[in-house]
Amino acid sequence: MGSLRVGIDLVPVGEVEDSLHTHGDRYLRRIYTPREVEESRRRGDVCPERLAARFAAKEAVMKVLRPSAGEALPWRAIEVRRAPGGWTEVGLSGGAAAAAARQGLGPMSVSLSHAGAYAAAVAVSAGGAS
Amino acid sequence: MTDVTERIRMLLRDHARLAVDPAGLDPHADLYQAGMTSHASVNLMLAVEDAFDVEFPDEMLTRSSFESIAAIEAAVTHLSTEEAA
Repeated sequence: MGSLRVGIDLVPVGEVEDSLHTHGDRYLRRIYTPREVEESRRRGDVCPERLAARFAAKEAVMKVLRPSAGEALPWRAIEVRRAPGGWTEVGLSGGAAAAAARQGLGPMSVSLSHAGAYAAAVAVSAGGAS
Repeated sequence: MTDVTERIRMLLRDHARLAVDPAGLDPHADLYQAGMTSHASVNLMLAVEDAFDVEFPDEMLTRSSFESIAAIEAAVTHLSTEEAA
């Protein structure tokens, strides 16, 4: 039985608000998938808290994947998806999927949260070298 | 100190949320050790793209591309040279 890997990240919601204000759609297009943007909307507008939680999830997953300093892992290669039951799941593509496969990592699980000025996420996967 | 280096220091001051004054940073100092968070690196990337009229392709979205002033300058120089070609 392989070991467990865990990643965690904390994101100030204010930083996401600043990014939206300064870079707008360009920020959204570079960091989030269209599905993530749509699932972050509340009454039509993107919700900075939901975006911040999704960014935290991407970073938490990256910590599980443990890329080398020179290994490219575009943020959009890690997609946070809301399941019909309300929990979140993560999908990997491109370099993120390749990194997970190369290291023999099992399915990735994530959990997101946000409260006030902060958003957080944790990611867990079994397998891979400890 | 090149003009590019100075411009990068200003972008760090405005976007990287470092714990130290970027004016005094060694060009090879680790920016993450200096307090740059993962989300701050996003803002820095977008600001560098705006300032130098370049775009980082997916293959350059690595931790090492943004780990120091020198690394950012090298990336900008590479991208600017590619666009000019």
